[in-house]
Amino acid sequence: MSARTRRPVHQPVLPEGAKARPGPPPDPELAPYFQAATEGRLVVQRCVACRHAQLYPRPHCVVCRSAVAWEDASGFATVYSFTVVRQHYSRSFRHLLPLVVALVDLDEGPRLMTNLVGVDPDAVAVGLRVEVWFERVTDTAALALFTPAPATA
Amino acid sequence: MSRRAVIVGVATSDYPYLPEMSEGAVHAQAAERALADAGLAFDDVDGYASAGYFPLYSVAMSEYLGIRPGWLDETNIGGASFEVHLEHAARAIEAGDCEVVLISYGSIQLSSMGRQIGGGGGGGGVMAPQTWDTLWGNSLVGAYALAATRHMAQYGTTSEQLAEIAVTMRRHAGFNPLAQYRDPIGVADVLASKLVADPLHKLDCCVVSDGGGACVVTTEERARDLPGPPVHVLGAAHDLSHALNVSQSADLTVSAAARSGPRALARAGVSLTDVDVLQLYDSFTITVLLTLEDLGFCAKGEGGAFVEGGRLAFDGPLPTNTDGGGLSSCHPGMRGMFLLVEAVRQLRGEAGPTQVPGAEIALVHGTGGYLSTGATVILATDRP
Repeated sequence: MSARTRRPVHQPVLPEGAKARPGPPPDPELAPYFQAATEGRLVVQRCVACRHAQLYPRPHCVVCRSAVAWEDASGFATVYSFTVVRQHYSRSFRHLLPLVVALVDLDEGPRLMTNLVGVDPDAVAVGLRVEVWFERVTDTAALALFTPAPATA
Repeated sequence: MSRRAVIVGVATSDYPYLPEMSEGAVHAQAAERALADAGLAFDDVDGYASAGYFPLYSVAMSEYLGIRPGWLDETNIGGASFEVHLEHAARAIEAGDCEVVLISYGSIQLSSMGRQIGGGGGGGGVMAPQTWDTLWGNSLVGAYALAATRHMAQYGTTSEQLAEIAVTMRRHAGFNPLAQYRDPIGVADVLASKLVADPLHKLDCCVVSDGGGACVVTTEERARDLPGPPVHVLGAAHDLSHALNVSQSADLTVSAAARSGPRALARAGVSLTDVDVLQLYDSFTITVLLTLEDLGFCAKGEGGAFVEGGRLAFDGPLPTNTDGGGLSSCHPGMRGMFLLVEAVRQLRGEAGPTQVPGAEIALVHGTGGYLSTGATVILATDRP
């Protein structure tokens, strides 16, 4: 819960005629993750026994079945892979095209699917260092998007 | 052993566009043809397997077909389901649980919902964790594109190499009068087609079709009284990598085939060098490349160079998808049944212009979900 890792949470700007992008389904296991995001914190589950870090949330460690506890992550990650989605059937996403969908490996370990923002799609590469960038989607959820990290990160 | 399982009948329904047919009618047409091919009737069927997009699917299809089998299987692991049905059916027959198993597939995806495919998103009715990856505007194509991007970055695979796979499948489709697309294409055509999800172009993606197929399995003993040459089920195995969340794959460049393939080959008692013809799930060009590597036809990372020079052509060293595959012939959503039908036709010498001379052993590999599951089956004209 350190202030060090707290980041701003941005309000999306919707163009005329566009629909807001979807938020997560209501679910007791997912709620703490998305709630933390509304406070500008990226969190992961850490096993109390073997220290394995995981996402998505489960009630137990998928490696050793022990209990898990939430902890703040650094918010930094490395692009594992990406694609550029150039057509979409939904008005919730069409205004975002071309949309960079990426898999990023958090420094803590877990791999997340996300969107990269604030970057030219043609400039994205596997191995790019990125930093979390929060966008609010509902009263109880914000999404962890990512943007290129400062050169020192 | 006389109870060993053999395939005695196969058929496809009409395809690729069936606007006048219901999903059930596609099943019925394929099943009727496969049973006729076997020299059997619906009354002979005492086991049934199928997979579709609603619960009690095999029950509903049994009711529709007018059969009351005492053995059912509706395992659904996506497009590879029918390979698993065959694996289960062979075990059940060998155990004496049933005598004649019908496996059928039918879909009218093109007529009813084809325009939505590749759109992705949404997670209606799915358990919450399985929607984890659905908030990002990604698509089915995008999931495979993520695997392709990673493979390119890690191993230097190129779009030209992936395109070679699509070009070879189109060449095969040119010999298949039912194939959805038959005009020859070149690598440049694939690269010039629209990018759907980088690095996958439109022509790196399977077609969207209506169609189905069926397969009839019984004992070697029963097959002696039937007209056609039986095809032996030597061995089968399946495995999984992750579900619909590709973020949960430890390594997107390795598919479930890496584990199902060696296990199926060991059960069959054959090695890769024994295989005469391949039927591999080709939802996308990258699917074929990963499958070839994971089965062990080449080392991990060398698939790009491996598929160059028409290696997969019916008249090349490793004949693959001789009907034109899902990339050019027919892909109604879960293509696994078509792989079995074409493999059996090859082993019976009935594959027409793309027949592989003297084909005795076929390897079939289905892939399901978002590179989620894999099922390998080894079929042969005889027991080794």
